[in-house]
Amino acid sequence: MIRFTGAGWLTLLYKELLRFWKVAFQTILAPVITSLLYLLIFSHVLEARVSVFGGEVAYTAFLVPGLVMMSVLQNAFANSSSSMIQSKITGNLIFILLPPLSPADFFAAYVLGAMIRGLVVGLGVFLVTLFFVPSLLAMPHPFWALAFALLGSAILGTLGLVGGLWAEKFDQLAAFQNFLITPLTFLSGVFYSIHSLPPFWQALSHANPFFYMIDGFRYGFFGLSDAPPALSLAIVSACAIVLSLATLLLLRRGWKLRL
Amino acid sequence: MLPSGPPNRSPIVPLAVEIDNVTRRFGRVQALAGVSLAVEEGEFFGLLGPNGAGKTTLISVLAGLTRADTGTARVLGHDVSTDYRKSRRALGVVPQELVFDPFFSVRETLEIQSGYFGIRNNGAWIDEILHHLDLTSKSRANMRSLSGGMKRRVLVGQALVHKPPVIVLDEPTAGVDVELRQSLWAFIRKLNRDGHTIILTTHYLEEAEALCGRIAMLKAGRVVALDTTKNLLARVAGLTVRLAADRVPAAWQSRVQSRDAHVFVLGLDEYADLESLLAALREEGIRIDELALQETDLEQVFLRIMGAGRPRSAESAP
Repeated sequence: MIRFTGAGWLTLLYKELLRFWKVAFQTILAPVITSLLYLLIFSHVLEARVSVFGGEVAYTAFLVPGLVMMSVLQNAFANSSSSMIQSKITGNLIFILLPPLSPADFFAAYVLGAMIRGLVVGLGVFLVTLFFVPSLLAMPHPFWALAFALLGSAILGTLGLVGGLWAEKFDQLAAFQNFLITPLTFLSGVFYSIHSLPPFWQALSHANPFFYMIDGFRYGFFGLSDAPPALSLAIVSACAIVLSLATLLLLRRGWKLRL
Repeated sequence: MLPSGPPNRSPIVPLAVEIDNVTRRFGRVQALAGVSLAVEEGEFFGLLGPNGAGKTTLISVLAGLTRADTGTARVLGHDVSTDYRKSRRALGVVPQELVFDPFFSVRETLEIQSGYFGIRNNGAWIDEILHHLDLTSKSRANMRSLSGGMKRRVLVGQALVHKPPVIVLDEPTAGVDVELRQSLWAFIRKLNRDGHTIILTTHYLEEAEALCGRIAMLKAGRVVALDTTKNLLARVAGLTVRLAADRVPAAWQSRVQSRDAHVFVLGLDEYADLESLLAALREEGIRIDELALQETDLEQVFLRIMGAGRPRSAESAP
């Protein structure tokens, strides 16, 4: 006699994890190497030329949390978006549409899978960069850093799910990534403090939610930030809640899933 | 509107499938134009029709892949929209498209599909499925390495992992060789004997004729015939004779169903009519070049009902 436990979403999560684990070279190791190259090049070129937080923090140390968070965000997005669009294009999405999985099951599995991939890559980048900046291990506010990593990966995992649902072909998903996600990430203060920008661009940066994710995460490492950390946490939390509710609504309507 | 159900069914036993006045439009195309039908538990039911008739859309509505514009669909009494968790647990679908997840092996594919239904420790049943589908030796093989026929069998396995009481097979034997097709049907027949309800769409009308107790024929999104296979076969004159000759006896002109040059197809009411035909041919001195007796098959019924050409199968050849 078959017994249904009703925990199908755990298998969907397991499938999402297995999917990226089976190609870990591409999904974990490659982004760690890319971040390491960023660190080596930018720190070599800019260490003696850029002053951040009034000279209280060395540029290389400043750069590491930015790179870690950028890796978390980009890989969380990549996981859910690529999984969804591959399933749609190859047609195997039907395997998860036929079972009794609810919209919340879908959401939980895809977003958690994306968060885990993002956090694993972020941890990998952090561990590798510790070799260059071992002082970062003594972070003053680790739970702030963790909170922003969790919220940031959840937001990007959700955006990846929406992007994967919306896109009909890989081209469209690449446009979503290249014209929205990448600019917002690069212009969020990964490589610089926004106080080094002209007033107009500083003001514009404050409209970018990615700025608060990076800045809040960095606060966990140095106890210093461009924006008050509580404000950043509030903005990032609000973004996560609104985006999650909107995505759940889309899933409930079967948007681009059930004709 | 009440679904057109099988005769003499008990009002207590829930129907395996109830489709009541379901409509679905895609842009200008009315894929389903008010389909109603009912399938009783334990039936082996055929769903036939030409391309674009609405068969796959109807199955998609039943599986929750497509939402009906109007009407309702139920599986074992569970509405596919409002009670989707129970209706999907009761239903196993073998999709028409040959799809697979290239990341996983055959066994992983089946285990993961089990898990989606919230089933743990399903190894014994998965072993049995692999055995019946002749996939045991391939259980550790990656899905990418399988032939088309093997991939098709894995799709059948995926539909069965949760032992659904109702199984829908949408063209399950397309691309499967004859020997494996026979073993697949033996397995499906066994499932039917064990009490599973089977709903089948197929290109091969001889399969539907041999397997299905009842058949619905769809055309342009409507049910144009719904009856037992036996009754459907009885709708068309039971026997025909294919006669190659210069002409047919004068008294038999009205029995000519079709003519192609000197080849005539004549309808018979019973076997005894054959003697009368032979006598008439002898009396009028008509030389017989060739004569063959043919029993009515589902293809003739299908063509008659659809009122279209004469393909060898229900749809254009795959």
